[in-house]
Amino acid sequence: MSLSLFSRHRDLVLALILLGGAAVVPFFFEEGAPFMDDAVTALAYVVMALGLNIVVGFAGLLDLGYVAFFAIGAYTMGWLGSGFADKINDGQGVHIGVSGFLDALPGIHLNFLLIAVAAVITTAIAGALIGLPTLRLRGDYIAIVTLAFGEIIRVFALNGTEIDFFGYTLTNGAQGITPVDKIQLPFTEQFTSLNLRPWFWTALGMVALVLFVNFRLRDSRLGRAWIAVREDEIAAASMGVPLVRTKLLAYATGAAFGGISGAFLGSYLNTVNADQFQFSFSIFVLAMIILGGLGNIWGVVLGAVVLSFANNYLIPDVLNPIPGDIGLDFDLTELSFGIFGFLLVIMMVLRPEGLLPERRRKLEMAGVGAGATAGVGETEIEPDVFETRA
Amino acid sequence: MSENGAVLETVSVTKAFGGLTAVDDVNFEIPERSIVSIIGPNGAGKTTFFNMLTGLYRPTMGRIFFEGRDITYVRPDRILARGMARTFQNIRLFATMSALENVLVGQHARLRAGLFRSILRTPGVHREEREAREKGRELLEYVGLRPDAVDQMSANLSYGDQRRVEIARALASDPNVLLLDEPTAGMNPEESKRLTDFMRKLRDDRGLTILLIEHDMKVVMDVSERITVLDHGEKIAEGPPEEVRKNPQVIEAYLGKQAS
Repeated sequence: MSLSLFSRHRDLVLALILLGGAAVVPFFFEEGAPFMDDAVTALAYVVMALGLNIVVGFAGLLDLGYVAFFAIGAYTMGWLGSGFADKINDGQGVHIGVSGFLDALPGIHLNFLLIAVAAVITTAIAGALIGLPTLRLRGDYIAIVTLAFGEIIRVFALNGTEIDFFGYTLTNGAQGITPVDKIQLPFTEQFTSLNLRPWFWTALGMVALVLFVNFRLRDSRLGRAWIAVREDEIAAASMGVPLVRTKLLAYATGAAFGGISGAFLGSYLNTVNADQFQFSFSIFVLAMIILGGLGNIWGVVLGAVVLSFANNYLIPDVLNPIPGDIGLDFDLTELSFGIFGFLLVIMMVLRPEGLLPERRRKLEMAGVGAGATAGVGETEIEPDVFETRA
Repeated sequence: MSENGAVLETVSVTKAFGGLTAVDDVNFEIPERSIVSIIGPNGAGKTTFFNMLTGLYRPTMGRIFFEGRDITYVRPDRILARGMARTFQNIRLFATMSALENVLVGQHARLRAGLFRSILRTPGVHREEREAREKGRELLEYVGLRPDAVDQMSANLSYGDQRRVEIARALASDPNVLLLDEPTAGMNPEESKRLTDFMRKLRDDRGLTILLIEHDMKVVMDVSERITVLDHGEKIAEGPPEEVRKNPQVIEAYLGKQAS
């Protein structure tokens, strides 16, 4: 049995154990326990981190604007699952696959399954579009362009009150769209904010789906092409990998996961507004995958869970009272990002490859990265810009 | 195939980088199933010429025809798909991929699995993957890689093995034409001899046409049916080895003009 075959089975077993174990966790907590709230958020972040991992971890495209897909997914939720479009259908509203009191409300109210599909499609397209201008760039320059796009989306959302969209404003600006419908899935009642268990299981289902896609893609023709592009674009192109297509597929796939998670969070948080889509969120998700181990799927899951709980539990609930106890008056949560930054610096010193490093990344950190097989003598090829040719 | 039976043909190909003309008006052709070498002093434009043939550089002027079709502005991945593969002067393997994975990337253009079918891993994709791995192993065995090195990360392989893997990766796309950029660099005479034999075997077994950039004159004279000499980007000589060897212009390019 080959090594890769073994590792595939190991991942499957591990996934079944972890997901199965997680599925029974809600029974140990009350339906509305604070822990449940933190856990639902953590799972949603795991989905985002796994999405960003495809772009940054697999394909090596440093994307600093990932929050854009959170935003687009969330606004998709806001539009298709709220009373925002209240004049539609003569104030009767549009209802597909929803029941109970939602059925009588004006606005557009779709079943979450439909909204999730819409969010995936919208964000995948947005991901590819945002990817387009970065195709001729490498490394740090990609980071700068994507960072700008993340900010553009936020400013767009903030000033969305000025944008007319079928007779409504596009985003309703800082006020945002609220309330947002609670999730309703096929064959279920609408979720409530009192019982967080269905939210948890839905988020866990999304994690399972996204994990499955990640593993399948990692061990596929496309996954190999991503790694090849990450290691050496020129060699990859010369070996038959179409750069434009391969990179755009990475952007689109990664974005789609951000979109589905964004739609979920839009509903869960009951609001979609411009303030949620700060640049710091992109860094937050990036920190998760770096902490966990860039490119390693399990590492990314771990990193997302750790940082999510640090942000929502450890800092506000455990550490925050400490300054008060010793007579200092300041809000530790204000320093969250300082603390994350500190954690990252510690990581870079002690374990730069992440908690659970990918075997490739480990080698790269040891100085083996791209070009390490190179002999001496040849000047570096600076190819003519073949990347953008159709 | 063009009328004269050349599988690869360039017409007045020129490449200028700013004021420097790296390749100047080169007309060149390779007959099918031949082994042809390009030689010349350092900086003569040999690798630049290769990079134009494989689509990494766009020629400033001139056209390139492959099997009778114009490939002058065709993308590198498409050129590979049409049947021309290469190796690099400084080995450019995907360092953190195993030898086998490198060869699998080389098969990219010959595999069909897309995004959705890969996620679903349809029976077709499953079979394709299995066959690709099988073919990869066969190729690595064919180029003489030890079986225990197949799953090793390519960065950990010896220099000679890296060269082998790079050739296997190029062969993985089932090319008709193979371009080798200084394949014997860093090899001892015995290894060079083995590679020379291997090139002949490739041509005879697989019907490949081989174009070679080479510095080792022993290899060049031994294996080439024809030699093209570049100097300062210009083609200064062309012909069978024994002719080129005696060409005064070539001797001058290599040894410098004799003081008179």
